[in-house]
Amino acid sequence: MHPAYSVIFFTTSSGAGYGLLFWLSLLHAAGGAPDGRWSLLAILVMALVLITLGLLASTLHLGHPERAIGALSQWRSSWLSREGLAALATYVPAGLLALVWLFGIGTAWSVPLALLSAAGAVATVYCTGMIYASLPTIREWNMPMVPAIYLVLTAASGALILATLLALFGAASGWVALLTIATLMAAAALKWLYWARIDANPGKYTDEMAIGIPGASAIRQLDPPHTRPNYVMREMGYLVGRKHARRLRRIALASLCGLPLLLVLLALLWHAAAPFLLIVATLSAAVGLLIERWLFFAEASHVSMLYYGRKRA
Amino acid sequence: MTTLPPETGKKLGLVIDLDICVGCQACVTSCKEWNTGGHSAPLSDHDPYGADPSGAWLNRVHSYEYEKAGVSRTVHFPRSCLHCEEPACVTVCPTGASYKRIEDGIVLVNPDTCIGCKLCSWACPYGAREYDHDDGVMKKCTLCVDRIYNETIPEEDRVPSCVRACPTGARAFGDLGDPDSAVSKSVAAREGFGLLEEFGYKPVNRYLPPREAAPRAVVAEPQGETASLPNPRSAVERLFAWADRALSH
Repeated sequence: MHPAYSVIFFTTSSGAGYGLLFWLSLLHAAGGAPDGRWSLLAILVMALVLITLGLLASTLHLGHPERAIGALSQWRSSWLSREGLAALATYVPAGLLALVWLFGIGTAWSVPLALLSAAGAVATVYCTGMIYASLPTIREWNMPMVPAIYLVLTAASGALILATLLALFGAASGWVALLTIATLMAAAALKWLYWARIDANPGKYTDEMAIGIPGASAIRQLDPPHTRPNYVMREMGYLVGRKHARRLRRIALASLCGLPLLLVLLALLWHAAAPFLLIVATLSAAVGLLIERWLFFAEASHVSMLYYGRKRA
Repeated sequence: MTTLPPETGKKLGLVIDLDICVGCQACVTSCKEWNTGGHSAPLSDHDPYGADPSGAWLNRVHSYEYEKAGVSRTVHFPRSCLHCEEPACVTVCPTGASYKRIEDGIVLVNPDTCIGCKLCSWACPYGAREYDHDDGVMKKCTLCVDRIYNETIPEEDRVPSCVRACPTGARAFGDLGDPDSAVSKSVAAREGFGLLEEFGYKPVNRYLPPREAAPRAVVAEPQGETASLPNPRSAVERLFAWADRALSH
């Protein structure tokens, strides 16, 4: 599948924002958040900025971004519509929480608002994963593991950013560091398992099945229907990523999980350098996440390519 | 609304006879010609006579070779929207721009509400939908909804453009929900099949398989042409070869 840069940026940026919102909310609900509303507000604003930038980017790949509001209407059947609704709904408790902290309102409502924000973050990211997982035409996506991967990567990137911001505000938390380590390790394990699974599955659809003529075998394209690639081939037949996929997977894992894990551990031991180490870890994870998301698209194969010479999908 | 109608009044669709399609592309070009002025108008068409043509087409004809019972065969294979009874392209649509008509089962895109997210094209196993980069919306076969009910054109033209254009009669149009229609009868008589039924989208369009070739005696392989060349070459040939070499210096 063709990797649209706007969608890659959207899912990684918004994902990290929702992860940050999720952990900040839980930390606040658990009473472990730093004292002083300004650092809380700064972290919440950071989360909302990441989310909003991502959502705005997601409209860039649309043919008609000005009609995007219409995408909220079909939540009964469409995961994309559900994602949009969940994303907008999450702004309500998160925005109210921001107001509470901005004006320093002493209220018992901040904990329920935080919990609602956390629930909204999980719901939105789950819907994002389901957009892909619900497509039987793409075997690399049509797996129950896919929404789990989206959720775990969101959790890991959010926790890492939270640890970094807390260290910058001089409120480093050992618990958040441990959480970051745990989620990064879970992300690495899940992605490793995902790649092992898609490599082991050659695809259950064949070109014989696609053409459908009973008893036909050894199908070969004699004449293509057009002389140059069409939309379907450019969108669904993207093959550039395959050549370097193995190497890119290793780079993605090393920079998304390996290096950040090392730096978070180092930051636990060497407090003075923690802000610097964690910033480097965050940047490394960002690069890793972008490569991971690019591969998620580039490695995905679409059944329609069976009509264009592919043997299995 | 992208939720599907429980039952459609008719199941309008195409029946494509792979036995007689000659791959002339007349259906492809007539489709483009009609639809660039019809419901989906205009269909993008860049550099059509140049080295890198591109654009939205709603019907494409592949040509394949295959083997069956040890015999090599050629088939021309038209591919367009199959107007599925339970199309995933409709249910994934976030805006309701993709819909299935209750009265006749035709799957259409509303070009005024489509946001161009392309998700429907990802959901279609047949590669039947093509995005129009100029309009920013998805295009697909309309089963010539603007012809089949059109009382301003002669009655014989009230069939999809591809059906009207086919010079061999390989394409037929009708109600596949009615077991007594001509198309349903031909499907029953020829064991017509749908594409990739494994997905469960219940495509309405049917394909009639190529008929079995009549058994024929196997003709002996002709002798290779090189074997009959005079060798060593004749004096005249050697003279010309010498002249060629001498003049080449």
